Amino acid sequence: MSHDTLPRPTTTDKRPERRRPEGLRRRRHWTRHANPLAGLGSIIWLVIVLVPIYAMLSASLTGPDKALTGNPLKPPTDPTLDNYNTVLNSGFWHLLSNTVIVAVTVVGIVLVLCVPLAYVAVRTRTRWSGAAFRLFLLGVAIPAQAVVVPLYLLIAKLDLYDSLLAVILPTAAFAMPVSVLVLTGTLRDISEDLYEAMALDGASPLRMLFQLTIPLAKGGISTVVIYAALQAWNGFLFPLIFTQSDEPRVLTLGLFNFVSQFGVNIPALLASVVLSGIPIFAVYLVARRALIGGLMGVGGK
Amino acid sequence: MSSTVTSGGERVQRGKVRAGRPGAVWALPAVLFFTFFAVVPMALAFYLSFTKWDGLGDPKPVGLANWQKLLDDPRLTQSLTLTVLLTAASWAFQTVVALLLGVWAAGRQRNRAVLSAIFFVPFLLSSTAISVLFYALLDPNFGIIQKDTLGSSSGAFLAIVFVGGWQFIPFHTLIYQGGARQIPPVLYQAAAIDGAGRYRQFFSITLPQLRHTITTSTVLIVVGSLTYFETVLILTKGGPGTDTAILPYLMYEAGFKTYDFGYASAIASALVLAATGLSLILIRLTGFGGMRSTREGM
Repeated sequence: MSHDTLPRPTTTDKRPERRRPEGLRRRRHWTRHANPLAGLGSIIWLVIVLVPIYAMLSASLTGPDKALTGNPLKPPTDPTLDNYNTVLNSGFWHLLSNTVIVAVTVVGIVLVLCVPLAYVAVRTRTRWSGAAFRLFLLGVAIPAQAVVVPLYLLIAKLDLYDSLLAVILPTAAFAMPVSVLVLTGTLRDISEDLYEAMALDGASPLRMLFQLTIPLAKGGISTVVIYAALQAWNGFLFPLIFTQSDEPRVLTLGLFNFVSQFGVNIPALLASVVLSGIPIFAVYLVARRALIGGLMGVGGK
Repeated sequence: MSSTVTSGGERVQRGKVRAGRPGAVWALPAVLFFTFFAVVPMALAFYLSFTKWDGLGDPKPVGLANWQKLLDDPRLTQSLTLTVLLTAASWAFQTVVALLLGVWAAGRQRNRAVLSAIFFVPFLLSSTAISVLFYALLDPNFGIIQKDTLGSSSGAFLAIVFVGGWQFIPFHTLIYQGGARQIPPVLYQAAAIDGAGRYRQFFSITLPQLRHTITTSTVLIVVGSLTYFETVLILTKGGPGTDTAILPYLMYEAGFKTYDFGYASAIASALVLAATGLSLILIRLTGFGGMRSTREGM
């Protein structure tokens, strides 16, 4: 039994080890006996996850005339896409394109500002760069809700009220602290020797940033892209308070307005929730591994 | 920008130690941007809390009136208690479920991978979408439970805890899954040789080994519980009565419903004080802010 422990792979990448014989042996250890309690628990959670999703999909396919009679767990008798048409014709594409604009711009701002900052925080050890880093460390604790009144004042003074920029700028600012933490964490892993080698070749800091730091920090950068995009995509408070008209309205606020607009038309309301989730779900299907890896990075592990 | 580049470039010739180091000026755009949109507003919130301002014209200084009003407001105590209860209940619910699911999902059979992928789906919807979904599913006429869940004080509270858990448990499960995969299997093998059963192994190996993961997840739950604003606004509007009016919701009502921005700023300042205090304590206790590499465990 004791030699069982010898060929233990220490790599952090889980995929290759799965195919190796010692991986097989390990697997047998983990699951030597079925664990009925864990199995039961996971089935209970499966039900808790799936029932609302099922109820949402099924109700969104129910005609409005039948919606108030039945319970949402019954499958729809004659499914219809009418609710989806209603939502798509209520300005959904406009909401979607606004949200995409906000998400892309926020990611751009965060990358352009945070990558050089993290680069400086890791590469130089002056008092100023340390102070800059600590400013963002403290910034993690600032809840967006707490500054929304003075931001409202600033946005109004800047004459940005009721524009997409009014949503973009604060959203980008509040995505920065975690982004800086993730980026400095990644940049710290790049060996100083590589920089010295490039410095001996006479490379400028700018060239090092583009030819060494950014290529080697791809993991951290993609984490930041995903994190900032999700923040922008799901943001609610800033759009709620800094915009008013239809023109700069984003998806989350559109959903909120559908609650009063569709009132008792709950099937249409649920169709709008389904539609709002489809873009992220599509990204999930295509980039599951990157998304999950990125989010584990946000977890700080 | 270009002048910084040359000044940095000149340094290359000066000596090996400072060779090719970027100037601190590179950090300036980020610092200025963040200062303007996050730090200045925080200071401004404190200033506004000593003024009376209805959103039009200029704020007028009124001294401590708003703070006096806040301390006399019975909703403040209720709101603080509620925030603490909500955080505690969310922590208990999310930690227990996510820890068990995460440890279970760290195993390696095929059905676990498929189930983990399904379990993750709620996290893909925004808080707003999830709140709207449960608003519909908890509707007394339409919903799954044909009862006025949100109309009762305890029902509304439990609904918020449940909806928050439904959304965030997938994320915390992911964190625990990553943590559990890093526990060296040799520990379990040694315990098995010593005759420890599955549950003994869980309590004597898995839990202690996951302590850092538990603190990370706890910090995120505690800080995140302040963001239940959407859920409260959409599901309960703070009701019934004021029974689910958490601090951010009180602030929103004072500011953007009754246009008493001075008072709203006092509530916001209290929120900043509470959040900063809490975060500093958590950072001190857990070393969460330490400059650890984020790459380990990915």
